[in-house]
Amino acid sequence: MSSIFDYTLASAREALRARKVSAVELVDAHIEAIERLDGGLNSFITRTPEQARLAAKEADTLLAKGEGGSLCGLPIGIKDLFATEGVRTTAASKILGNFVPPYESTVTANLKRDGAISLGKLNLDEFAMGSTNLTSAFGGVENPWKRRDSDAKLVPGGSSGGSAAAVAAGLVLGATGTDTGGSIRQPAAFCGITGIKPTYGRCSRFGTIAFASSLDQAGPMARNLQDCAILLESMAGFDPKDSTSVNKPVPHYEAALGRGVKGLKVGIPKEYRIDGLPAEIEAIWQQGINWLKEAGAEVVDISLPHTKYGLPAYYIAALAEASSNLARYDGVRFGERVKGDSLDALYEATRAAGFGDEVKRRILLGTYVLSSGYYDAYYLRAQKVRTLLQRDFLKAYETVDVILAPTAPSGAFAWDEKPTDPVQVYLNDVFTVPASMAGVPALSIPAGLDSRGVPLGLQLIGRFFDEETLLAAGSVLEKAASFTHRPTIHAGVSA
Amino acid sequence: MSLDAKTVAKMARLARVGLSDEQVHTYQKEMQGIIGWVDQLNEVDVTDVPPMIGTGLAQPRLRDDQVTDGDCREKVLSNAPDREGPFYTVPKVVE
Repeated sequence: MSSIFDYTLASAREALRARKVSAVELVDAHIEAIERLDGGLNSFITRTPEQARLAAKEADTLLAKGEGGSLCGLPIGIKDLFATEGVRTTAASKILGNFVPPYESTVTANLKRDGAISLGKLNLDEFAMGSTNLTSAFGGVENPWKRRDSDAKLVPGGSSGGSAAAVAAGLVLGATGTDTGGSIRQPAAFCGITGIKPTYGRCSRFGTIAFASSLDQAGPMARNLQDCAILLESMAGFDPKDSTSVNKPVPHYEAALGRGVKGLKVGIPKEYRIDGLPAEIEAIWQQGINWLKEAGAEVVDISLPHTKYGLPAYYIAALAEASSNLARYDGVRFGERVKGDSLDALYEATRAAGFGDEVKRRILLGTYVLSSGYYDAYYLRAQKVRTLLQRDFLKAYETVDVILAPTAPSGAFAWDEKPTDPVQVYLNDVFTVPASMAGVPALSIPAGLDSRGVPLGLQLIGRFFDEETLLAAGSVLEKAASFTHRPTIHAGVSA
Repeated sequence: MSLDAKTVAKMARLARVGLSDEQVHTYQKEMQGIIGWVDQLNEVDVTDVPPMIGTGLAQPRLRDDQVTDGDCREKVLSNAPDREGPFYTVPKVVE
């Protein structure tokens, strides 16, 4: 082991148990890396080094006795959308700039229960609304990757951009993300890491600040699939506090990694071959098909006929739910208040000052599609299209076990290349949104670099609650791709 | 469908988001573009298709009618931007 930053979550777990490294050493090294690199990357909104050092000492005491949970002593980061008791939770919004939750989200409570140590709260698009991490009220996040020929700052993707950047740069061994329409998978692809959006209902939404409740789902982001499997096993599980949580036992996900794909049927959806798909994306997709074939999978062409309507239906559903969910930020019970002469003036001034442009635009559109006279034309129609999108997947899964597609239609782009037209920005999610709408699980793994040296991801989409098949097929792709590239900015590279 | 400035101002009022005239103008253009784009959903035949309300995976469940949480007034009030004793404050609502 040449550097402490070569550890994965899994190898660090082994080293901790074998007492080759202490939790204090591991945590200190990562805190030092954050101090060294995160002034530039800006992947953290709130750092919690004191709490982390304290927890590391306790972890070492347990480990010395051969005790401690499955994640004992492992430093991770938490997307700042999960409520953490006593630690400021902002959703990257000014309106929650000083919000300190008196309660803990179920997902972070599960990770804590198993001994994971949080180094702080990670940056994101404001209220998880965005695909660039540039809408954060705490400043954009820089992708630790650079193009070969340029020093331009690239976006890490979004909304879980801080999580992806921190994992890629070696500042944490893993992180939590949330995915509403691609917010785990797209940043994972842009930053050359692995991320899983589990089945809707697999991880509790309790204590996760809501964007679009029928779509939001928490999941792990880490450097490889085994690390994601370890985190997911801790995060997942039934929670009576979430009415959409599904009461199903959590499998031992790591065990599925070695299953292989012999005899597995892999669907290739023809509708994902969209017009203008860059040749490099097409090529990496074909490479993925070949890798699975070589490992013994049978590849089948399939059709998901309503794919084209996934994005517009998604935006109606998500914006409608967002406008309703964000009604609670009114400056009365919590959050920043701007004074007004009347109650309405207080609300309007508070929300005008507290929300950023993207959030306001989505609230206004959501209000519009739910308003009297337009509800049937927009919201109800979108929900019907959602039924058709889900039927597409259920029909496909009558003949295939898993679906392979690109994660995003491009690699990471530069901060100043972000399109000004919101619709163009939304198109980033074209391949990730359909699985979100159907509620099925999906993952992204890094599959290679484009000609400019920026990572590209491949996506696998599975059946309801069949994360294990995703892990089995993903593991085959991961081995074949053997993605060992590192970003320009990395904790293990001394300046 | 056209989305005019008056409608944007009305939505802002309904959603209690204060907007300047200039912002109304900007949002009007952007929202018009987005609504124009989502209008492609009209191409889809949704006859006899039920709306998807959820994934249908979670079973509705009953629980015992018992208090399981509460008695934490200070915690609940701990983030209030302004308060008087155990109350949230707001501007005068009734004259």
